[in-house]
Amino acid sequence: MSDASPMIEVRDLAKSYGRVEAVRGVSLAVRRGEAQFVIGPSGCGKSTFLRCINLLEEPSAGWLRVGDTVIEFGRHRLSAREQARHRSQVGMVFQQFHLFPHMTALQNVMEGLVTVKRTDRHEARRQAELLLEKVGLADKRDVYPRHLSGGQAQRVAIARALAMQPRVLLLDEVTSALDPELVGEVLEVIRQLTLEGMTMILVTHEMAFAREVAHRIVFMDEGQIVESGTAEEVLDHPRNPRLQSFLRRFRR
Amino acid sequence: MEYGWDFSVVLLRPGNWLRGFLVTMIYAIATTGAGLLLGLVCGILLLSRHALLVSPVHLYVEFFRSTPLLIQIVWFYYALPVVIGLTIPAWLAAGLGLTLYMGAFSAEIFRAGIISIEKGQWQAARALGMMPVQLMRRVILPQAVRRMVPPFVNQSVLQLKNTSLLSVVAVPDLMYTGTLLVSETFRPLEIYTSLAIFYFIILYPLQRLAKSLEQRDDV
Repeated sequence: MSDASPMIEVRDLAKSYGRVEAVRGVSLAVRRGEAQFVIGPSGCGKSTFLRCINLLEEPSAGWLRVGDTVIEFGRHRLSAREQARHRSQVGMVFQQFHLFPHMTALQNVMEGLVTVKRTDRHEARRQAELLLEKVGLADKRDVYPRHLSGGQAQRVAIARALAMQPRVLLLDEVTSALDPELVGEVLEVIRQLTLEGMTMILVTHEMAFAREVAHRIVFMDEGQIVESGTAEEVLDHPRNPRLQSFLRRFRR
Repeated sequence: MEYGWDFSVVLLRPGNWLRGFLVTMIYAIATTGAGLLLGLVCGILLLSRHALLVSPVHLYVEFFRSTPLLIQIVWFYYALPVVIGLTIPAWLAAGLGLTLYMGAFSAEIFRAGIISIEKGQWQAARALGMMPVQLMRRVILPQAVRRMVPPFVNQSVLQLKNTSLLSVVAVPDLMYTGTLLVSETFRPLEIYTSLAIFYFIILYPLQRLAKSLEQRDDV
């Protein structure tokens, strides 16, 4: 795989629940090291789309490639093993963190390495410690999640996802559940990741942050990508009327 | 009219009491253990997506939860041999009844405990790439078991008291020993009072343990 070909590619991805079509034929390509932002009104299908990429929702139709693994949907159900293998290469960070409450911060970060990757415990611990240091929480390694602030918990969750060395990291409104004063520390970690060349897809409402670090922004509405481009194109020179009105509402 | 209490009759048959105590404890422990295992399997089956697996288990669980244990024990002893054309000894019939009864209640405790874990935990474990068995073992069960402990202790306490129903099919447990002694001495007040105290002495520590486990919140 050459550097020029996208790290992750989605074609005509669709997800419907009965007759409700949440995602209606979305295509997207993210190059290695690119941070692509997905914005849109609530209920536009952007979170569902993100969850389709790591199969937390099984798409009804479409085609997905991550690295050199291709998955075609709608033909047959994927086996548990196929799903697990795919997910281990796609990191996910949730709005509500979802740390494992019965494990310390360090154990949370080690868990994927030990259980899924079968990494030797010593090595897993070493890597987890480095990651906690990277997100600025080396001193919280033995703390249980309920004693962490939202911002700290979310940084542990990012470290937990990074431990798997995913090809792409999906971030689903990761600052939406945080108190305003805690948003900055999480964005700082993500900013650092963009500088290090982590391939990412972020669903967010943080427009200022998107403007600052996004390589590309796509605007979704009613289950489809309506407009996409650079931050400047999408945020400053929106062409689509729905995007224009979305941004207007946002600025108010 | 004054009743002349005479508790000395209680001590008439120490050997029988010891046997009764052992029988009660063995039944309580064995049928609780076997019932838990059965309940774990059934609880997990209840959560499966295959209707073919769920329906029979569901039927079993609801049937045994909704009928008196006394009838179940009697039925296993008297009716099962007629149905399968095979006599089974009283100890086995009684054990079977108690085990299936415990199994039905534990299945429900397991099922309820597992589904009480938030969706996000399942999703986070899946997102790491865990297989279903790993997800259960590493993420869901450790949290669920903690929530299951109080209802399980509760059910075990009931189970030990329910062993007293063994006496109806002449399994020589504590209750049966007492009943025999009553027919020998005509002193039901003293004997049943003593029996109640005896059950209390066995179960009170268990209840305390359950309480202290409930109050523990270390992870």
